[in-house]
Amino acid sequence: MADSEHTHDTHPASHGDDHGHSHDHGHHHHEESWISKYIFSQDHKMISKQFLVTAIIMGVIAVTLSVLFRLQLGWSGQSFGITNFLLGDRWAKDGIINADAYLAMVTIHGTIMVFFVLTGGLSGTFANLLIPLQCGARDMASGFLNMLSYYAFFISSVIMVSSLFVENGAASGGWTIYPPLSALPDAIPGSGMGMTLWLVSMVFFIASALLAGLNYIVTIINLRTKGMKMMRLPLSIWALFLTAILGVLSFPVLVSCAVLLLMDRSFGTAFYLSDIYIANEALDVTGGSPLLFQHLFWFLGHPEVYIVLLPALGIASEVIATNARKPIFGYKAMVGSILAIALLSFIVWGHHMYVTGMNPFLGSVFVFTTLLIAIPSAVKGFNYITTLYKGNIRFTPAMMFCIGLVSTFVTGGLTGIILADSALDVNVHDTYFVVAHFHIVMGMSAIFGMLAGVYHWYPKMYGRMMNTKLGYAHFWVTFVCAFGVFFPMHFVGMAGSPRRYYAYSEFPFLQWVEDLQPIISIFAIVGALAQLLFLFNFFYSIWYGQVAPQNPWGSNTLEWTTPVKMGHGNWDGPIPEVHRWAYDYSNPEHEEDFVPQNVPLKPGEHGH
Amino acid sequence: MKLLIILVLVLAIIAIVQLTKVNQLTRTLRQSREEEITNADNKMNAWLMMVWMIVFFISTIVLYIRYGNYLPPPASEHGVDVDKLMSFNIWFITGAFFLINGALFWVSFKYYYRKDRKAWFQVHDNRLEMLWTLIPGAFMAVVIIYGLITWNKMTGPAGENSMRIELYSKQFNWLVRYPGEDKVFGTANVNMISAMNQLGIITEDGMNTMLGEIDGKIAQYTDSINTNRAQLPELRIEAMENQIYKWQRQKQRLLDLGEREEQGLSAWVAGKDDIITLELHLPVNREIEFIFTSQDVIHSAYMPHFRAQMNTVPGVPTRFKMTPTITTAEMRETLKDPSFDYILLCNKVCGAKHFNMQTKIIVHTAADYDNWINQQKTYVATEASPAETPGSTPADSTLSAQPIASLQAAPGH
Repeated sequence: MADSEHTHDTHPASHGDDHGHSHDHGHHHHEESWISKYIFSQDHKMISKQFLVTAIIMGVIAVTLSVLFRLQLGWSGQSFGITNFLLGDRWAKDGIINADAYLAMVTIHGTIMVFFVLTGGLSGTFANLLIPLQCGARDMASGFLNMLSYYAFFISSVIMVSSLFVENGAASGGWTIYPPLSALPDAIPGSGMGMTLWLVSMVFFIASALLAGLNYIVTIINLRTKGMKMMRLPLSIWALFLTAILGVLSFPVLVSCAVLLLMDRSFGTAFYLSDIYIANEALDVTGGSPLLFQHLFWFLGHPEVYIVLLPALGIASEVIATNARKPIFGYKAMVGSILAIALLSFIVWGHHMYVTGMNPFLGSVFVFTTLLIAIPSAVKGFNYITTLYKGNIRFTPAMMFCIGLVSTFVTGGLTGIILADSALDVNVHDTYFVVAHFHIVMGMSAIFGMLAGVYHWYPKMYGRMMNTKLGYAHFWVTFVCAFGVFFPMHFVGMAGSPRRYYAYSEFPFLQWVEDLQPIISIFAIVGALAQLLFLFNFFYSIWYGQVAPQNPWGSNTLEWTTPVKMGHGNWDGPIPEVHRWAYDYSNPEHEEDFVPQNVPLKPGEHGH
Repeated sequence: MKLLIILVLVLAIIAIVQLTKVNQLTRTLRQSREEEITNADNKMNAWLMMVWMIVFFISTIVLYIRYGNYLPPPASEHGVDVDKLMSFNIWFITGAFFLINGALFWVSFKYYYRKDRKAWFQVHDNRLEMLWTLIPGAFMAVVIIYGLITWNKMTGPAGENSMRIELYSKQFNWLVRYPGEDKVFGTANVNMISAMNQLGIITEDGMNTMLGEIDGKIAQYTDSINTNRAQLPELRIEAMENQIYKWQRQKQRLLDLGEREEQGLSAWVAGKDDIITLELHLPVNREIEFIFTSQDVIHSAYMPHFRAQMNTVPGVPTRFKMTPTITTAEMRETLKDPSFDYILLCNKVCGAKHFNMQTKIIVHTAADYDNWINQQKTYVATEASPAETPGSTPADSTLSAQPIASLQAAPGH
């Protein structure tokens, strides 16, 4: 690789060493060829952008799918030319999506959103961008592994998207792919080639997540600059750190889960299959348990929720403190609650399984652990609000999205209290109530966090500013539409409407909530169109945005001490040394309303 | 029409591009920067926060009023407890929703940026943090204890006198099995399933017929291979041999069943008087213990009016007990809807027709129920006249359960 000496530089024997010999670092970057700079880059900043742009493309696909199936749900049985135009006669004859295509779209929408946008996209973008910059490192511990992680992610994305085009359709059993439905091509057409590709794609995805996660952990532990104690790390890094640990501990379980399913599908084993009669004959193999799959799947699946959510919360802590011009309230409590959430997230997976026939006593244990998570989550919510209290709030687009995030996090978190209660879950399990809950608490919060991150760190990524006015329009339409889509779904679900239904026309007792469906769909379409504002703003500003100053938001963290045009190695001179925590905003002992982390303490000043 | 839409979209994009350019030009002229949020912008967004809060809260209240009465009164004993728990939780979370969101939007509005003001340098406050760890903690303790009391009551063992009913799911309809006069379900096995025996109930006759059929099929294939070996393509022969091997294994599994059956043939007799129907008929005020079985993939038996749900898992029998308390006729009167019916729906995605995998539930008075069950033919009797067997032809399994009005008496009589 052309820049191998750079990666060499990023392996300092000790921090002090690094300061010494990396002085001429910035002068190498002009040697990079186009390919090593844009395609096979080992620079964490470029890899971060690669993740982001890939995730944006995946997001566009997933949102388009959701608009298409919202057309079916809002106006079931009506013809829409666009569905036929996009899906063709096989899946949408006469402009009406058929049931198989509907299930495939729901499945792929969920898969792409959870894994490719909110895991790969969110962590991939911001862990790569922020960990070296905010810890004070020249790059990740291993730039090469980091590049491989992006390429595994890219291959996985390509395979997942290509599965939409196979003859019998993409995987259609829901993003949770419960066997036996996902194991038997006779049960649903999507469980043929589409499901195989889904599993293969997922194996690549997990490889990517593991490579990336190990790199993040090692970098945070080993490559912090002088003075950057763990308790001086910005909360964004704490969140990304715990996210990486969760990923490394739980994703391998998903591999085993997926590989066993692959064996059941292709090699005649029966890990998940027992006593099945399908396609007019008894299945030749028997003796497994479909519930084994669910235990394995949710052992990843629940930590996954926090893998999605924690980076968004970390970004929010950063953006809220910066723009409220006020220290984040209760830094230690925030770190503690991230730790508590991460720990608890491993022992709550059973709350997805209250009605699977799992022993009711085991169910009560999971009720207990699940409801415990409400406490650290509440602490986070209250601390955000207290950070705003008596602050001096600048409404940058990033700040708006973070306030939106706190609102969705609280609102969606509260309905979780109902779902965590096994006795109540019985009647709302797998209904629209669940769809409403997780879209608000996880989907919206994480997306808002991601968008906030993009608006906030865009100057660092591209050296230019995004348009603020477009940002406001984007925020308000997205925010209102998000609640417009998902809030009414609570009521649809409470009335007993199951999720993943192609139509509700056959159920007279559900008709009275059906008039909410077109309203939800309209909000969904408007909300999706509003994302065009963002896409335009994003790509337009790369070339035509206002050139960014070095520290546009008056922020304390180390990334803003780098030059606007950074080479591979981040700082032209030595890496700055850290003398204080990241939240000295409006400190009365200082004139300015912010004090960057690399500013030494004044004589007699007490550090935090 | 399409052209018009495309035209509008293109124009919209051009408009945005132009507006952005104009915006940028004026910024350059005024020398204003994107990152410098003007006082006007801060004020506008602060006020929009307030406007949004009011709109959000009012629409929430409207939704509560219009759709808050989400289901008819619970038609089961535990349903009453579940609904009480639900209202308690809903009151609690609704209160918290208004309080916390209100606080969030209020502080966002109140403390928008003013140049002449400096934010309060407040680092932490242990008393406050203790407060909002303990208050949610205390609330959670109440929610957990109250929830688990209800849960334990719901899921405890069924009483001695409870009635057992099997709910059997398959793509894409439900079958209901009653144990008949002996109150014992006959043993069933997937290897016994045939067009006439959809649950695979084992009887001695059935077993002999099945073994005979398999032997016949094996003989036929072996014969066909032996006589046509020269003409048949090799692949076809291999496929046929594989099929024979499969049948041999199925036969072996059936023979194993006989050996495993400790109580001898008595369990195979229990199935003779079992009753299979397409709709679920229940007596009122009697505890029912459901046993759920699935033939192919995971389904979920969801009975929203009874606040009851349990997955049906192939290979893993599951249970749920409940006592219906309101007959269909009474519920029709309460709701003033003569066409009302309780419904059992599938609530775990199971294939293309998942969205219409349903059946009716009819709750009778005790006398009516006895009347109804006495009119039902037993499994062996229906097997003798296969035309009347519910869902017996393969084509039926692709239809919805609803239109097959076979043996059932009219509901709610």
